[in-house]
Amino acid sequence: MTRLPAQLWIGAVLSTVLLSAALLSFLWTPHDVTTLTISAKLRAPSTEYLLGTDHFGRDLLSMLMEGGRISIAVAVLAVGIGMVIGVPLGLMAAANRGGWLDEVIMRGNDLIFAFPSLVIAILITATFGPSATNAIIAIGIFNIPVFARVARGGALTIWTQEFIMAARVAGKGKARISAEHILPNIANLLIVQGTIQFSLGILAEAGLSYVGLGAQPPTASWGRMLADAQTMIYSHPRLAIAPGLAIVAMVLGLNLMGDGLRDLLDPRIRRARI
Amino acid sequence: MLRFVLTRALSLGLSLVVASLVIFAMIEVIPGDPASFMLGLNAQPETVAALRKELGLDGSLPARYLGWVGGMITGDFGLSYTYRVPVSELVMERLQVSLPLALFALCLSTLIAIPVGLVAAARRGNPADYAIMGATQLGIAVPNFWFAMLLVMVFAVQLRWFSAGGFPGWDAGVWPAMKALTLPAVALALPQASILARVMRSSLLDVLHQDYMRTARAKGLSVAQATRRHALRNALIPVLTIIGLQFSFLLAGAIIIENVFFLPGLGRLIFQAITQRDLVVVESVVMLLVFAVILVTFLVDVAYALVDPRLRRRR
Repeated sequence: MTRLPAQLWIGAVLSTVLLSAALLSFLWTPHDVTTLTISAKLRAPSTEYLLGTDHFGRDLLSMLMEGGRISIAVAVLAVGIGMVIGVPLGLMAAANRGGWLDEVIMRGNDLIFAFPSLVIAILITATFGPSATNAIIAIGIFNIPVFARVARGGALTIWTQEFIMAARVAGKGKARISAEHILPNIANLLIVQGTIQFSLGILAEAGLSYVGLGAQPPTASWGRMLADAQTMIYSHPRLAIAPGLAIVAMVLGLNLMGDGLRDLLDPRIRRARI
Repeated sequence: MLRFVLTRALSLGLSLVVASLVIFAMIEVIPGDPASFMLGLNAQPETVAALRKELGLDGSLPARYLGWVGGMITGDFGLSYTYRVPVSELVMERLQVSLPLALFALCLSTLIAIPVGLVAAARRGNPADYAIMGATQLGIAVPNFWFAMLLVMVFAVQLRWFSAGGFPGWDAGVWPAMKALTLPAVALALPQASILARVMRSSLLDVLHQDYMRTARAKGLSVAQATRRHALRNALIPVLTIIGLQFSFLLAGAIIIENVFFLPGLGRLIFQAITQRDLVVVESVVMLLVFAVILVTFLVDVAYALVDPRLRRRR
């Protein structure tokens, strides 16, 4: 067993801590964030309120835990959309390499890549109204071509191998080979890409919520908290620092984990990594 | 080469057609009646009818689509409903902020990234390399709008070196205008520079192990000479592609940063138009941004093929 790369450890610990805190918020938070205690507004950090309170007297730490829920959920579901639609498309393209289906799928991919994602996400939320669901769809759409491309690229190299030839001789069809033999062999690639898209999704959700196009109040999300804090950066910069650090820690953790996993799972790039 | 440019141009045209169809559908078809959407629930029927007439909504969908596209080709982007001025005028005015901002950020990110990537590659495996790689990991993880808020806290609120937002206009002089764009440009440039520095480092590391580098050294060139004459030029090719892609990203991606700094650029125009339900502006400005991004990508592709003949053959 090879030693796990250090960055994988650091990344896994960072993201697990934040993920657990968000999950814990379903069961318990230090304070209730649904009731407003105006008398306790804008308290400085203390033993009772570890990170202090906001302008409605809500505990910042509890809000961070609950906010993480939405941020993480949006990013994870967007990755899910990308995988569920993108991977079969990529597998289909690879199975029909050079055919018209391959051409249509890949040109369609290029087309989505050509769009400025943020502008389209804004357009989607502008048409259908701002909500976490529409943020998921907007971010998810742009994950589709990424996974399609990764799946196709990975699948193409597997298709040339001998055990695939054996499966074909055994009379298995393209779809069955793709599902039974190709998919398990490109799972590594998909997991690594999934981690990276997860981190990009956190950033995208934060951006959309920050401009008011993601989760709507009273739902807390990290980006939403930053938007609320913006007006108070003169008097209470503390409010803007905590959610920002949460985003940075989550994204950094996921990126390190993605890089570490890639190094671990793909020996070819272990030597010349970026 | 001509064949390559023609196929790329064809796919450029196709992308634009699909993009315009998608935008038209999102703005004019899916919300139902654009006129009632723009005026809200309590609008008088007469007002709605008047607006329908002004927008030409009584025509068939294909006719409206062709009218919109035809207008854009001839430079007529329609009339903004809230500002009562032609959209093209608004766009020209806002571009005076967005375009210099994107260029400023691009220059900053390039000027930072290339030397930093060079140092990291040259000191590979040393503490300097680890420090740079760590810093770029952080730079990628920081949301640029949050970084912008931190910059405001430090340089505008604490040190009072810059103003926290707003734009004096180019009439106030180049210096005050550039000063107002400095913090936003830095905020935009940081994540871009981090990505670019990593690309620079890895592409240089790739090149340094090539056979022609060994030949250059065997000819008697020093490491520095060989790097300058042979490695740098080759390593810059992927870096240039990324720079091209980043420019279009910066133009569209400045939307959020413009909001942090209250800059009257294209991004703020879109947001104001969305909140005021000024669909004419949203539709045309979004199309214009998509056009800019697709066009830059096309130009990068062509430039790349000019530099590297191997790419002219289709993937």
